[in-house]
Amino acid sequence: MTVDFAIVGAGPAGMAAATLAAELGLDTLLLDEQEGPGGQIYRAVERAGASSSAASPLGMDYLVGQPLATALRTSGAQYRPATTVWHIDPDGTLSLATDGVSDTVTARRILLATGAIERPVPIPGWTLPGVMTVGAAQILLKTADLVPDGRAVLAGQGPLLYLAALQLARAGAPPLALLETTPHENYRAAARQFGGLWPGRHAVLKGLGLMLGVRRASIPVRRGVRGLRALGRTRLERVVWDGGEIAAEHLFLHEGVIPNTQISLALPLVHDWDDAQLCWQPRVDEWGCASLPAIAIAGDGAGIAGAEAAVFSGRLAALDAAAALGRLDEAERDRRAGPLRAALARERAIRPFLDALYQPGPSVLAPAEDDTIACRCEEVTVGRIRRAVRLGAPGPNQLKAFTRCGMGPCQGRICGPIVSAVIAEARGVPIAQVGTYRPRAPYKPITVGALAGIATAK
Amino acid sequence: MFRPRPDAPAATVAVDVEGLTVAVPPGASAAAAVLLAGLASIRETPVSGSGRAPYCMMGVCFDCLAEIDGIPNRQSCMVTAQPGMRIRRQRGARDIDPDDAPEDLPSFPVPAPRSGGA
Repeated sequence: MTVDFAIVGAGPAGMAAATLAAELGLDTLLLDEQEGPGGQIYRAVERAGASSSAASPLGMDYLVGQPLATALRTSGAQYRPATTVWHIDPDGTLSLATDGVSDTVTARRILLATGAIERPVPIPGWTLPGVMTVGAAQILLKTADLVPDGRAVLAGQGPLLYLAALQLARAGAPPLALLETTPHENYRAAARQFGGLWPGRHAVLKGLGLMLGVRRASIPVRRGVRGLRALGRTRLERVVWDGGEIAAEHLFLHEGVIPNTQISLALPLVHDWDDAQLCWQPRVDEWGCASLPAIAIAGDGAGIAGAEAAVFSGRLAALDAAAALGRLDEAERDRRAGPLRAALARERAIRPFLDALYQPGPSVLAPAEDDTIACRCEEVTVGRIRRAVRLGAPGPNQLKAFTRCGMGPCQGRICGPIVSAVIAEARGVPIAQVGTYRPRAPYKPITVGALAGIATAK
Repeated sequence: MFRPRPDAPAATVAVDVEGLTVAVPPGASAAAAVLLAGLASIRETPVSGSGRAPYCMMGVCFDCLAEIDGIPNRQSCMVTAQPGMRIRRQRGARDIDPDDAPEDLPSFPVPAPRSGGA
């Protein structure tokens, strides 16, 4: 099968791009790993619309994903859910797997809209059952109406921490405490970014509303928390920090989100280390075009800017694809792009402030304690990485041969950011100089049977 | 260690988690069923045998690996629960036991070694 435009990921960027591209007459295919559109931010949003139960505890900002999903469904774009993209050739061939059956599709243009993942939060004990991410708690609420049973603690920083605390409270499971890890010096750094506060005032108000909501819900907030640890024998029993501890069955961690670069690094596209967001970002132009021809990136996968911004960057990428494929002349593309760029600038205005305020502390990137696990799959500790560096492992890819770090089933998705930071610290060089993993296909494990299926089909 | 929120719509998809029957809403994942069943862990790591439970719930971390309907090492957070689904612990790496091979399996043709080495 051949299409004009293949989009990977049905979050806000992918839904908006697919909808506009189909309207512009492109033969558009939207691929997504989940059962329904929405990505993680609007996960299972169609289900929330269909539900006749009382007002959703998830709030209005979640429900704004519904019109995006509805527009996608009526746009004429082909939408293929429950599908894993496990390889992309730079010539435009995508290898897919659905229900254990594999096939290939060729696209004239490809848009990666793979969004963000939560930044790993490597604290001592983070592999204990009972320790999860804040995003995981939200997904359980969105998809399964589940809330934590027993004492729950939220720890870390960022707007999502407050949002999740409020959502859990509204769903009848208020957390016992919110432990905020924002380093004190961040407040001074954020104060220097006040220029974005006025153009980004809608986001500031939203954030203040969340903080006020947490106070009204009587959730205790402890600020300046350092030395966070999860303790327990076979599962979480206590959450401990410098100067305090709480007995708890659940600990939900969050230190912001970073671009999901698994596919963009594997292709490979050119990436740069971003000193403000402390993460790797694929290098893109004003239309989202990346370093390989015919491949673009929209949404948080190209740098964290949030769900609202993702919609606009998705539409910009769709306009550019339509122009590149001759469905739109460049003057019309540029004319239509004007209001989108203005809206994108409005959404991005607050980012320098948020990036400074919620910049993770040094121990989030490179944990101080040697016995903290960095690679959850292969159970490689931070101390083992430091010893491998002393033995001569200069970078993340060489480290694999020394330790198997990054060679487990997650393919380095979780340990990648930690490994780069620990090696950089141990060598005394910037992370940008150390680099990161070069992931390989298949991007997700597939069965030999699925592979054999391609040959049989041909 | 998870429970349905108050006012949740009825959960109608019944699955079997290590012999326990739990019901989750349509569209929920096998990993959600594992957490509702209250299992202490869903897998034991191949390295140290330590117990793990779902961590990210979005297909990133692979700590929710389980044996689902007889197929080992599946990301349970990425598998939608179906009525009657059987979800079991993933203990270490998967086994490939020659004794499990079907009797009528055709023998695999082994090519003769070439001279000159690899």
